[in-house]
Amino acid sequence: MAEHDDEAPTAGSAVEKREPRQVSAGTAVVTSDVFQNPGEPPHRDRVTDIDPKVEKRAERQVSLFFFLSIVGSIAAIGAYVAFPITSGDSGSVRLNNLFLGLGIALGLLSVGIGAVHWSKTLMPAREITEMRHDTRGSEPTREKAVEVFALGNHESGFGRRSLIRNSLIGALVATPLPAVVLFRDLAPAEDPNAVLRHTLWEEGMHLATDPAGARIRASDVTLGSVFHVIPENLNESEHLLEEKAKAAVLLMRLKPEDLHPAEGREDWQYDGIVAYSKICTHVGCPVALYEQQTHHLLCPCHQSTFDVTNNCEVIFGPAKRPLPQLPITVDADGYLVAQSDFHEPVGPSFWEREK
Amino acid sequence: MFSRTSSSRRTKKVGRRGPVATASLLLVGLLTTGGAYALFSSTASADESSATATSQQSIDEGQKLFASNCATCHGLSAAGTDSGPSLIGVGAASVDFQVGTGRMPMAVNGPQAEQKPTQFSDEQVAAMAAYVASLAPGPAIPDDSLLQADGDTTNGAELFRINCAMCHNVAGAGGALTQGKYAPPLEGVTAHHIYEAMQTGPQNMPVFNDLNLSPQDKADIITYLKYVENTPSPGGFELGSLGPVAEGLFIWIFGLGAIVAITIWLTARSN
Repeated sequence: MAEHDDEAPTAGSAVEKREPRQVSAGTAVVTSDVFQNPGEPPHRDRVTDIDPKVEKRAERQVSLFFFLSIVGSIAAIGAYVAFPITSGDSGSVRLNNLFLGLGIALGLLSVGIGAVHWSKTLMPAREITEMRHDTRGSEPTREKAVEVFALGNHESGFGRRSLIRNSLIGALVATPLPAVVLFRDLAPAEDPNAVLRHTLWEEGMHLATDPAGARIRASDVTLGSVFHVIPENLNESEHLLEEKAKAAVLLMRLKPEDLHPAEGREDWQYDGIVAYSKICTHVGCPVALYEQQTHHLLCPCHQSTFDVTNNCEVIFGPAKRPLPQLPITVDADGYLVAQSDFHEPVGPSFWEREK
Repeated sequence: MFSRTSSSRRTKKVGRRGPVATASLLLVGLLTTGGAYALFSSTASADESSATATSQQSIDEGQKLFASNCATCHGLSAAGTDSGPSLIGVGAASVDFQVGTGRMPMAVNGPQAEQKPTQFSDEQVAAMAAYVASLAPGPAIPDDSLLQADGDTTNGAELFRINCAMCHNVAGAGGALTQGKYAPPLEGVTAHHIYEAMQTGPQNMPVFNDLNLSPQDKADIITYLKYVENTPSPGGFELGSLGPVAEGLFIWIFGLGAIVAITIWLTARSN
């Protein structure tokens, strides 16, 4: 608590000043504007302080909460016994968790509520003011701290024995180094640029259904159909998920007159069948919500919308680039095959993309 | 010789069969077979004629219903107008889905025809389906054996996640599409309507023909959906199976709300 040398302290104030207020001559500050500490409101007795009947009732309420807690804890044990988890039955897990949780919650919550209710209604009610103290410690405390440091330095010889001190600093610097080396290897070993730029698609690669991997005939893809497509060799791939995340393709058939292919892309489709990367150019969610009448492709994550009739240009949402198109054609047996890999990296942007 | 003849005649006489017996037996046999055949073929042809009569009758009945309820938009010959697509070749499955779920006739023009109480009896729906199916071949109403929800749930779940879940939600709770359209929730939809929707691709839903998802694949998907519908969620309260949005909203409102309420109670003066 601070001592106050002039100006009588007002009760309850937590912002007492140690110095008397200095108003320099010539400033236009009106001193009467200074905030006056209104102090604590007058003490008011609680009902439990006045009426013994209410006090008795509050006492019963508090103990009732504690009894409820006991009931809850026992109920939790009972629930654990009464609703055992039988393997394979997800309903039993639900019942077990539900009643166990309710019992434990009742047990813990009632103790807390009872304790708070006890202190609020029955324990003595008086207003207490605790003054804020200075951040700076008192002189003796500060001296004591310096003394402790000096003693430590003297006894350990940290300042004197420079060999020990310097080798310790060296050891501490070296400990995080293995982590740096280990985490550095989490990055792809080869140039990430090449990894991101190429997918499993290549000339003559058959389009296959996801997940069965069956080849798709052009005639199977009827008007309004949508096929979820993977490269035929994906299922034999060593890194199946990594490769699928790049190579997933959506195959749709529109009326050929509805399509408006960009220049140079006229022969990337086959009789109205078009294939586009399923990986959103925004942050890489699978774009597969195809509306067969409006020919919109919607990304479920951030509502980017692509127009399939118009080279999958973005017509709404945060994506910046159209979905990359996979050039397709048919082989001699009428199965759909890729003409080549995608002509640009699929998915979201990365630093080296424009190189 | 004579005696032999007489003896043979006698033998004949004392034999079990009289001279007329063979002939009469033949006659009876012929009569029975012929009669039975005549009877059978006549009942068969009667069956046939009554069947064609009913189907022709229901096509006629369907045509009348079509003319009075659908032709405004789809044209009197079902060839489509500016306000409605052609129905030639859409098949019975399409009609059964659109009319059977109440989506057609449309109440108002909007982004999407919504499901509402069916306006026709099952017979009337069947009649219209028969009429539209008679215009041109198209997907038929699926066979009951595919709708028993007794297929491979695991395969159905995988196919559902790949082909359907992006629009209909992984638990079939439905979801939003562009410009006011939406993929409806699949809970409570009958197996044959689910099958028909996959088969015909109503409105903006893509078509999943039998070469994309085989009839057995479709049966497996139905099995999965019925499994989800009939299996209680191990998590308890599902909040519409909508995932983090609904769950986050719940915990932000009720969880934080409870903490705020407790804090206010803790610091309030007791009276």
